Amino acid sequence: MRDQTSAPFPIETADDMPREHYEGLREETMVINMGPQHPSTHGVLRLVLELDGENVVSCRPVVGYLHTGIEKNCEWRSWQQGIAFVTRMDYLSPFFNELAYVTAVERLLGIEVPERARVIRVMLCELNRIASHLVWLATTSLELGAISMMLYGFRERETILDIFELASGLRMNHAYMRVGGLAMDLPEGAEDRVGDLLRILPGRIHEYEDLLSANPIWVERTRGIGQVPKERLLGLGVTGPVLRASGVDYDMRRSNPYAGYEEYEFEVPVRTEGDCYARFEVRIEEMKQSLRIVEQCLARLPAGPVKIDDPKLRFPGDLAVGPDGIGNSEEYVKHIMEESMEALINHFKLVTQGIRVPPGEVYEAVESPRGELGYYVVSDGTNRPYRVRVRDPSFVNLQGLPDMVTGRLVADTVACIASVDPVMGGVDR
Amino acid sequence: MPVERIAGVHTGKGSSAQTEEEVRRGILTTTLTRAVNWARKQSMWPVTFGLACCAIEMMSAGAGTYDLARWGMELFRASPRQSDLMIVAGRLSQKMAPVLRQIYDQMPEPKWVISMGVCASAGGMFTNYALVQGVDTIVPVDIYVPGCPPRPEMLMYGILKLHHKVRTSDALK
Amino acid sequence: MAEADLAERLRSHFSDVQMALGEVTVIVAPDEIASSLEHLRSEAGLEFDFLSDLSATDWPGREPRFWLAYQLYSMPHRHRMRLKAGLREEAPRVGTVTGLYPTADWLEREVFDFFGIVFDGHPDLRRIIMPDDWEGYPLRKDYSLGGVGTHYKGAFIPPVDERGM
Repeated sequence: MRDQTSAPFPIETADDMPREHYEGLREETMVINMGPQHPSTHGVLRLVLELDGENVVSCRPVVGYLHTGIEKNCEWRSWQQGIAFVTRMDYLSPFFNELAYVTAVERLLGIEVPERARVIRVMLCELNRIASHLVWLATTSLELGAISMMLYGFRERETILDIFELASGLRMNHAYMRVGGLAMDLPEGAEDRVGDLLRILPGRIHEYEDLLSANPIWVERTRGIGQVPKERLLGLGVTGPVLRASGVDYDMRRSNPYAGYEEYEFEVPVRTEGDCYARFEVRIEEMKQSLRIVEQCLARLPAGPVKIDDPKLRFPGDLAVGPDGIGNSEEYVKHIMEESMEALINHFKLVTQGIRVPPGEVYEAVESPRGELGYYVVSDGTNRPYRVRVRDPSFVNLQGLPDMVTGRLVADTVACIASVDPVMGGVDR
Repeated sequence: MPVERIAGVHTGKGSSAQTEEEVRRGILTTTLTRAVNWARKQSMWPVTFGLACCAIEMMSAGAGTYDLARWGMELFRASPRQSDLMIVAGRLSQKMAPVLRQIYDQMPEPKWVISMGVCASAGGMFTNYALVQGVDTIVPVDIYVPGCPPRPEMLMYGILKLHHKVRTSDALK
Repeated sequence: MAEADLAERLRSHFSDVQMALGEVTVIVAPDEIASSLEHLRSEAGLEFDFLSDLSATDWPGREPRFWLAYQLYSMPHRHRMRLKAGLREEAPRVGTVTGLYPTADWLEREVFDFFGIVFDGHPDLRRIIMPDDWEGYPLRKDYSLGGVGTHYKGAFIPPVDERGM
């Protein structure tokens, strides 16, 4: 904790002021509202702060300003349509949402995806992790005053978004993964583009470290801020870089691997100080480890199909770029229109009714850039989900915010919110 | 850039020809209108109203690769009192709707609204209880930019359309 | 611990233990939730000290109607399980677990907000995501999805839950 009693200029103390002026002042605290429209709250988060001068006495987060009703919407849409909905929940890490949902449905169906699809999924997820951490770095720096870092973060992110656009056609909210694999294969030249990215990014991340990690303003604003004992964090359900910066080595990619993560070599960065600076260090290190995983994915990418072979599940269409954008390839259209009536009927049923998933329930958790992203999917045997419950890491991590912020200055509140990295789309769903 | 000519004022012919005094005043008014419009569109400051995914694309549009500073707009003001453009970027939930109206009311005239993304324009893919189906039920919208989310280039096209609208409007009415 | 061993271990204390899709589920009565969680947390070899998620599902037409699901995780042993309890429609009340797991604070508020299930003993039970004066519990199955229909020239597409898909 910094020493807050010494001031560089003479201030009026209680001894100088006449008592009747002074007595009423000390008792009152000011209750002010921070947000929901605020440049520094990472989205539409509202904090009701009770302040004693510049010190925060209590903090109450109010959420719900971005509630979109996605969970209820999923109950009225087919299983494949649900992918387009859940991808917009945590909009900075859409591939993780898709991966968790699609893996949950695949577990309900009891199917395995082809190896190529699995490796591409891991590669895209790790690139998404880097992109998400870059946005975190950019917006945190903007809020703490290092404005040029914002421009660098978004510049790097553009190169990653180019890869996403190459693969799925969209920069954000891709809906690229399908139950049983992916929507379509990576186009020609995508692997070379990823290779180019792997050559540029390590140097850039090193640049950001040089820019920030020894910068006295950055250190002063983040060291010693926002510490919470790790038992309290575990009780509050906080996961992700916030927990790993406090000394708990919990990363689902290591402890309960999914999607083939047990086959990749990477480190899980853990720090013990638990302050905003440690969280910064953990995220920078995670970016570097994600690059390692992407390199291994490129090396082991096998040839093969990206969709499961079952005609009742494989969403139809070998897509190709047609004259009006993306559409079904000509061979496929010829096949269903001229050659096979069964294929046409199958296509029709899959598109209008969707797939049928046997009854059951499953909880699938993945390690998103913010922590444990869990999907509890309940099926009643029809072609629509019965319940899609999303355990979003930002929702639970925000419960730790009052502990981090109480007793500190208002300016530290901004640093603490930024270090928790909430994405309000996930908090409010 | 073509200069708009209003029939009769400059040439002295046609049905809307006027007396010389009025002609001179007309030219002055037109020139003043054009000057005011040019000044207004030249550096419109947006208020930060990023809600969801479109906000990230808006930030990308303001960052280095797609640069909004070319039109003087990189300065997103946090206070609505200091801004004249509100880009509603993202989905507007029922809980946030009164906040939107309050921020809009706090902006001084002249003010414009761009509704960015399909969620802001028409509710998007979320036709349900939780979202306002189009912000034009709450604030008057000048430009609708569709997309989910719209690329930064699409947002820039919408902004340029707004500039055109401002440039050709009658500012002194 | 593997799922089969975990299920065996749990069967010694709980009567209704199910295993499906590689996951272990224990079903208890609503008034036994707190004691069951206490046992699961303190028993050596189980040690479920992390509450991942607390959610509810609405099965109208079935008795009991509301099913709470507690997703538990063990940090020392890295295994998962689920605890479920059914609440009847006439009395959707259950005791809070915020004393055991502080994370249940917001999770229970969310269940209250969307289903109307009251948690006795919760420090601050009020709506968290919907506006404070909202009426109705949106995630119940009898609450309509809402939304407006779309008009085209010569056609009208009704909102999603009225389309008969």
